[in-house]
Formats: sequence, C-alpha cells, structure tokens
Amino acid sequence: MLNYVLSRLLTFVPTFFGVTLISFAFIRVLPGDPIIVMAGERGVSQERYDQLAAQFGFDRPMYVQFWEYFTGVLQGDLGNSFVTKKPVWDEFFALFPATLELSLCAMVLAIVLGLPAGVIAAVNRGKFFDRALMSTALVGYSMPIFWWALLLIIVFSGNLGWTPVSGRIDLLYYFPDPTGFMLIDSLASGQKGAFWSAIRHLILPTIVLGTIPLAVIARQTRSAMLEVLGEDYVRTARAKGMSPGRINSIHALRNALIPVITVIGLSVGTLLAGAILTETIFSWPGIGKWMVDSIFRRDYPVVQGGLLLIAVMVMIVNLTVDMLYGLINPKIRKR
Amino acid sequence: MSLLRIRNLSVDFATASGKFRAVDGVDQDVNTGEILAIVGESGSGKSVSMLAMMGLLPWTATVTADEMSFDGHDLLTIGKRERRRVVGKDLAMIFQEPMSSLNPCFTVGWQIKETLRVHLGLSRKACHARAVELFEQVGIPDPERRLSAFPHQMSGGMNQRVMIAMAIACKPKLLIADEPTTALDVTIQAQILDLLTSLRDDNGMGLVLITHDMGVVAETAERVSVQYAGQKIEEQPVLPLFQSPHHPYTAALLDALPERATEKHLPTIPGMVPGQFDRPAGCLFSPRCKYANSKCKAEQPAPQGPELGHARCFYPLNTDERIAS
Repeated sequence: MLNYVLSRLLTFVPTFFGVTLISFAFIRVLPGDPIIVMAGERGVSQERYDQLAAQFGFDRPMYVQFWEYFTGVLQGDLGNSFVTKKPVWDEFFALFPATLELSLCAMVLAIVLGLPAGVIAAVNRGKFFDRALMSTALVGYSMPIFWWALLLIIVFSGNLGWTPVSGRIDLLYYFPDPTGFMLIDSLASGQKGAFWSAIRHLILPTIVLGTIPLAVIARQTRSAMLEVLGEDYVRTARAKGMSPGRINSIHALRNALIPVITVIGLSVGTLLAGAILTETIFSWPGIGKWMVDSIFRRDYPVVQGGLLLIAVMVMIVNLTVDMLYGLINPKIRKR
Repeated sequence: MSLLRIRNLSVDFATASGKFRAVDGVDQDVNTGEILAIVGESGSGKSVSMLAMMGLLPWTATVTADEMSFDGHDLLTIGKRERRRVVGKDLAMIFQEPMSSLNPCFTVGWQIKETLRVHLGLSRKACHARAVELFEQVGIPDPERRLSAFPHQMSGGMNQRVMIAMAIACKPKLLIADEPTTALDVTIQAQILDLLTSLRDDNGMGLVLITHDMGVVAETAERVSVQYAGQKIEEQPVLPLFQSPHHPYTAALLDALPERATEKHLPTIPGMVPGQFDRPAGCLFSPRCKYANSKCKAEQPAPQGPELGHARCFYPLNTDERIAS
C-alpha cells in the first residue's frame, strides 16, 4: 500500500509541473495588461509604466519569469497579489473554507440523494419511477447552472421569500471565525438564530452546485447497479434467501460503487469549476468569486496561484479515490 | 409423497421477438436421499426449470405449472417472504461458475456466515465455529485462515467447495447442483462429485445434478431425466438408461460418448436444438432423428409408460418387439 501511494505521488511531479506551466501561461495569453488595469481610467505615463513593468518583472523574457515563479512555488511562495499586495497563499486559505463548506454540502447532497435514487431506479428498471428519475437527471445535468440559480432565486428568494438572496449569513450576526466554516462558527458562537441563518444561506447555493453531480451520480449508480444485478453472485445471494433490500444495498451496491466513486472523484473538479459560477451568483465569499474578480483585474499571481492550488486539491482528491478503490474492492488492492 | 414434486411445469420468456418457451410441460420428482441427474444439451431448459422452482428467474419469465411443491410448501402460491425462509435453508443451489458466483467484495467467511446468521440466527461465535466446521466438512484445508480469504485469492475448486459449504450450511433437504464441475478441471471434478455424494450420504438430502456430461451421470446419479428443447423426453434409473435407452435422442447422446465410440469418427447428432423460430410442429427431435417418419414430423408424441422410460416417442427403441424383429 505504501509503495502504491509513493508511486502515485511520483506521478504528481510531471502533473504538478504541467499545471504550473499551464496556469502561468493561461492568464498571460489573455488580452489585457495588469498595469493598465491597475492604473484605471486616469491612465499611466510611459515612464511609470516601464517602472512598474520592471518592478513586476514583465520586462524580462517569459521563460525567466516562469523559472522565477516555479522556483518560488517550490519554496511555497506563490507571490503577492498585485491588488492587495498580500501573499496569494494567505488569501487562498482565508477564502477556501467558504468554498470547501459549500462544495462539501453540495457533494453530500449529491451523494445522499444520488446513490439511493440510482439504486431505486436500477431495481425498478423500466418502470415509471426509473423513467421519471432518469429524465429529471438528464434535465438537471443539461441545465445551465447560472440559469438554474437565477430561477431558484426568483422563485424561492423573490416570490416566496423563503431564502436569502446572497452571502453566507445575515449581517446582524458577528462573531469570530476560527475554523472559517460558517456552520461550525455560527454554532460555536452561541448566538441565537445564527446557525439557522447560516443554513438558510447555504440552501440555494448547495442545490445549485449539487445539481450536476447529483444527476451524474444518480445515472452512474443506476447503470453500475444494472450491470451488477445481472452478475452471478447476485443470483447466489438470492439463492441464499437474502432479502431484496439486503441484496441491493449490500451485495450489489458495494460492487457498483467503483464506477460511482470514480465519478464522485471527477465531480470534485466540476464542483470547483461550478463553484466559480455559483459563488459569483450568490456573492459567496469563496475562492471562486475571488478567482473571477482576479481574472478581471488581470491579477496574475492570484490567478496562477489559485489555479495551481485548486489543481493540487483535485489531484489529492483523485489519489484518495484511488485509495478507496482498494478499500471497496479487495481485488484491486492486490495489484 | 416425494420431497420435490413438479407437474407440467412451463416457463416462457418474454423476448423482443415474442414469447419463447424454455421449459415445456416438465414433470419431476425427487425423493429424500436420492440423486437425480437432469441431462441435456445447452438450451434444453435443465437449469431454467430448477431456477423457476427456486424463484430465481428474472422478471421476463412466466412460470406456470399444475403443481410445484417442496417439503409441504406450495411453491406456486408461496409468498416472497416465506419463500426466502425456505430457499437457502431447506432448498439450496450451487452454480456452474464458482469464481463469479461468489461476491468479490466480501471474504468467503463473511459470505458463509451471512447464511448462518440470517437463516439460523446464530451468534457471532457460533457462526464462526459452524463456518470452520463446514469448511472442514467440504475439505478446505486450514479453514480458520481461509475464512478471511477473498474469492479471488482461491482456486476454482476451492471456491466451489466454499459454494457447497454455503449451500449445505443450514442442512438443506434438497441441494440443486447446476453443472457444478463444468468450470473445473477433471481431477477436481471427481473430487467435487465425490464430495457431493458423500454429503448426500451424511446428511440424507436429495440431490439434483444438472449436467451435460454423461460421464458425470454414470458416476454419480441414481435416476436420470433427459431433457430436450424444454421437454423431458425420457426418464430411467441410471443403469437401464445406459443399457437400453428408449428415446432415439438418449441413444444418440450415449453413442456420442468417446468411451463408447467404436469407429474412427466420433458419432455426432446432426443439426441443432430448435430455437425460438424453428420449433418443429411434431416431435421436437424429429428434424435430427434418424428414425423419424412423416407421423413424427406432424404430431407431438405423448410420453410412453414407465416401462418405456416415459419416452416421448412414437417408436421407442429397445422394446421387446424391436429386439425380436
């Protein structure tokens, strides 16, 4: 197992280098100049422009700039934001808990609803429930996320007034945030109504962000279950006189989980991408919104550093998923 | 009253191109302590009739019968919950492919203990003790250690022993073995058959052996039922069947045994088992039968009497007249 982890970590090296290079190149390919953006409407004189370009190192060849950035990254230095002048690293981890909280809630929603939905659909293959569920899942999967978000806001926040439109908590609450997770902090603060307010703020973003993974997980679970239900060992379980509930949820589901876990792992990438849109729509102060703002400001260090950190997160999640395979199916463990 | 009694069992499968009759009016009786072999080519409905009895067929199958009873339970009207109390406990089945019939995600110990826990409600400790005992009984060496092995860590023969241990865990009254040795090599085959026979001797259970291997039949069975294209076409005790088969199909099957071949070329039965669309109007075997005449091709023969092995044939072989003529 340890050897396996080490060999997997070794494959991180080229991926890491590639991601660093791509994130570095990506923002520079975009038209626009950070110095011009910083200067704003008043513009900037040529001397001042050259001075700033020299200060940020833009006057040197691209490969030198990259090399300096890359050696910095290896030492844990992602540079400072052009705008706030604060280290990218600090900013990222100040905002990341908000994104993590939202993503976790969305993932939990997707798994808690998606797995049983897929199992039930597979067991009732071809019947009304199956068809209704799978068409709903297809709609959910194909729906543009921003449109879905706006629709929910109009209905539940606008017309019905059940949920707040944006933010993480009502403004009247103020408390320290040692963990950065609003649900935990609001509960720890002991202020009346704070936790409830945090939950109400989470509902719509969670639904919006969780919709696509939910649809994907439900469909994947269904197809994996259908395949497994035709296997000989399921017939054996029935010949042993086991109840359908037990067969579906224990004998079959465990075997069907491998492709589902893969999809869940891949969804994490989608989730972080989706978080950017969702956070922007709901003014959720997480890394998604931060990244979008930084792209508009051409804040090179923030964009390249943020992308890199997100990519590393996704890599870690996928490694974890690979470890999980072995836990679920011992046949894979052996290799 | 026999342990298992089936009368006029038919199974139809709903397929995209219409109904397909896989089992056609089969009668079957098995007594306690008896070994019945059901033989026939692939597609003759041997497995399907037993799966129908166990209630293991997919939803596309329609099962009809005049009577289907096991140990006082009417399997036609039995409720799902009640059936689950019988199936796996008093009525057990083992399958052709031991490797794929065991769940790859669980240890074999977990899988056998599950049966013990669900049907007998044994405690953890008692389950473990009984599982070790069962593994010993089916000849698995080092049972304590093997209990925590996964199916992929064991050989096919060992896995089939695990399947057998699982099937006999609750001392069933009837064990159905669906081609238990097909996926195994010859030496292991003999061991598994010996094991099944000795378990029958020890536990006094009935044993139904589904096979297409006449060698296995000769070695193990006491009574043989020959199926063809979903119909039972002959049934005799094993010795008379091998000595004087009454149905031409049985005779042809026996002629095709390599051990019996006298000529340079092994005799074969020309043609194939009729499928969904080429089912003949008369005797189902008539297109391949060397004795068939126009009557055979036009009319379905009814089974003969027990003295002629219930052979579904107008002109059964090895009757006294025929020997005389």
